[in-house]
Amino acid sequence: MSDIFKSLLGIIGERGVSNTPEELWFYSRDPGVLTPHLPDFVVAPKTTEQIQKVIQLANQEKIPIVPMGNGMALTGLVIPLKGGIVIDMKRMNRVLEVNEKARYAVVEGGTSQGVLKAFLQDHFPHLRHSLPDAPPATTIAANVALHGQGRLTQQYGFNSDMVTGLEVVLPTGEICRIGSPSLGPYWFSKSPSLPDLSGLFLGWLGTTGILTKVGLKLYPNKKMRDVELFVTDRVELVSEILYKLTHLEMLEDINIWFQPMPLVFKDNYHITIYFTGDTEEEIEFKRKMIWDAVQEFIDTKDAGFMGLGYMKGTLLETPQRSLAAFADVPKGGGFEYSGPITLIEFFPQYAAKVIELAKKYQLLYASSARVISGGHSMMFSISFAFNRADSAMMTRVKEALSEATEFALDMGGLPWKPNFVEQKMTLERMDPNTRKLLEMVKKTLDPQGIMNPGNWEVS
Amino acid sequence: MAKLKFNENVCNTCPTADCLVKCQYMKFDRSEAHDEMMKIVRGEDSRVLHDCVTCYACEEYCPRGAHPYYLISERREEKAIYTAPRPITNQWINMTQMQGKPMIGAVSDKALSCCFIPALGELGSGEIFKDVASAMVLGAEFMCPAVHTHFARMSVVKERLPKVVNNFVKLGVKEVICLHDECYGTYTSIAPAYGIDVPFKPVYYMDFLLKRLNELKNQIKPLNIKAAYQRPCSNRLIPNKHHLVKEILHLIGVELPDRKYQDGNALCCGEMLRAVAGYKVANDIQQSNIQDMLEVGTDYCVFNCPACQTSLSEKVSKRGLKPVHIIDLCKMAIGENKKEVGGDE
Repeated sequence: MSDIFKSLLGIIGERGVSNTPEELWFYSRDPGVLTPHLPDFVVAPKTTEQIQKVIQLANQEKIPIVPMGNGMALTGLVIPLKGGIVIDMKRMNRVLEVNEKARYAVVEGGTSQGVLKAFLQDHFPHLRHSLPDAPPATTIAANVALHGQGRLTQQYGFNSDMVTGLEVVLPTGEICRIGSPSLGPYWFSKSPSLPDLSGLFLGWLGTTGILTKVGLKLYPNKKMRDVELFVTDRVELVSEILYKLTHLEMLEDINIWFQPMPLVFKDNYHITIYFTGDTEEEIEFKRKMIWDAVQEFIDTKDAGFMGLGYMKGTLLETPQRSLAAFADVPKGGGFEYSGPITLIEFFPQYAAKVIELAKKYQLLYASSARVISGGHSMMFSISFAFNRADSAMMTRVKEALSEATEFALDMGGLPWKPNFVEQKMTLERMDPNTRKLLEMVKKTLDPQGIMNPGNWEVS
Repeated sequence: MAKLKFNENVCNTCPTADCLVKCQYMKFDRSEAHDEMMKIVRGEDSRVLHDCVTCYACEEYCPRGAHPYYLISERREEKAIYTAPRPITNQWINMTQMQGKPMIGAVSDKALSCCFIPALGELGSGEIFKDVASAMVLGAEFMCPAVHTHFARMSVVKERLPKVVNNFVKLGVKEVICLHDECYGTYTSIAPAYGIDVPFKPVYYMDFLLKRLNELKNQIKPLNIKAAYQRPCSNRLIPNKHHLVKEILHLIGVELPDRKYQDGNALCCGEMLRAVAGYKVANDIQQSNIQDMLEVGTDYCVFNCPACQTSLSEKVSKRGLKPVHIIDLCKMAIGENKKEVGGDE
């Protein structure tokens, strides 16, 4: 037994440490197309202090640390590219506090989206958080660490914008609180009126520290939720339609999607419009406002509302399971996407690129986009399904996604939760002084370069 | 391609112009109605071509069997005056394309047609359908294309209908029991209007239902409920069959109180109105219809067409009415359906 393993056992306890090949196999991969790489150890801590001790040990031994939520980012962010210790956060899964009147929750760093959703449903049914369309086992801390989005992103911005405070174990082992909890017991603000230190951790993909507590804004959970599906066959109208819809300032979420199969979806661009209300009157008022907002496109016969029928239940699911169903269309359950953040006005160019890539690489596509923050930007997902047993198909997906990222960067877009290759592509195009600043921050926080190495590596 | 057999002299000499005078969505006096119809007959523009909501009712209102609705739809297509937005129209054309994936049961001389509506497969089961359920056919290959009349795409109807008929012929069937009014209406109204031969006997499911209920009379326990009936647009193509609803419901102890929007005055469910005339018109019509159901003290809203049921179920439920298909009511009456109507198992 190695000294490091013995030390980890001493810190975490027998049930929270493993180096068995079968367990390391699972922690060497994620559901995407990147090549797996084995870690040396896996630990599942239960406290912040245990994490602190593991990081101190890692510094002492100069061994990499890879923090992991549920490992569902699809872009290999938890693949231990240089081995080391994977810190699986799932045993730190408690909801620590809900401040009902100030509408925020504080959760441990491994708390899943499903746990918080269920907790709120049971104890605070009139409150909700911005639930992503990822499986419920994905974690809140990982989601904000990669600037995730959710059901309320159209209204309130990225889920990382909804953070109200952080507790972080720094790469050098210090436990640090960010925002209002650094001064008192309340978790209502991650920055104002202080310097915004949350930016040292949000978007860094676990390379600058481990989030052990997250404060998160909660929002009113209206009693009713409804959906309309507006379709057009003129891609150039999509951004205009979205402009009209976002002008309403009353919609929960707006998703745009297109796919060639089944035939009911062929040749059309679908705009799913979600809205909420506490009464039937509120719902019908909003529905009428939505129809009025886009009436001009109906009058020209260029767009119209689709009868939802059996689809309504699927569309109203949170999170939606239809993505998982898409992943298995070619059988083999593989699914990955490049999801650049970009301007809505570029929707036609991105849509054309998806179709071009699918044709070039002989892949099945389904593309969707989510409006962010009232229309300031969108996340455009270039998604491909693949068969995990078909290595040639996986290679084609990898190449197609790489080309998609090149395209997004050419268009001035920002790759979302980029894999290590896409991070390099991004850094190469970044303003040199910005890149230098990133390097300075990273070196300052993580002088030994032990945090999730291989990611956001400037030098 | 088949052509509408239209005798313009029938309209020219019509003493009533009921096709348009009785229209519930456009207002005409008799003189204007006659003039507008004759414009359509002559191939001229008419406000009807722009304002018709495609409720099918003029097919019933015409006392002389002239097929005004088919003519209106033909003229609209000729003049490219389309009803619904283009992506909605094309969506229907795309999704109902034959893809070589029909479901075909143990068909011999009879087939039970579920059109392109899987829900009909579930309805066409149990004791009532025990001898024909296994002969179920489902899929675009067996879908009557009447829905495309809503979009003034008569060319699609004319292109696909002979293929659908031929698909049945290839099965070797002598009878096709149609679980959807639209199918029976297509084979007995649209096909003859276009001179398309239907070499099998279409059987209307309500005829089948009535016959079976009479055979099962001893098992019927009257339901003793009050209901409103939502008449579907396609029943306007076969108005001579409308009486069957009352006979069936009477047999199973369902009272149909008289209401304003029944029989010839029935209102559209709103599904196609939404696409053709917009949310406001559809919503107004639906609300008027539901209010009318409530005012006569009904507890149930009985459907004939699954599309109507999809369109109205949620809305009638929210107003306290239980939505139910007429076949499910019949199953309940013979003690078969344990399902609480409008609710979960």
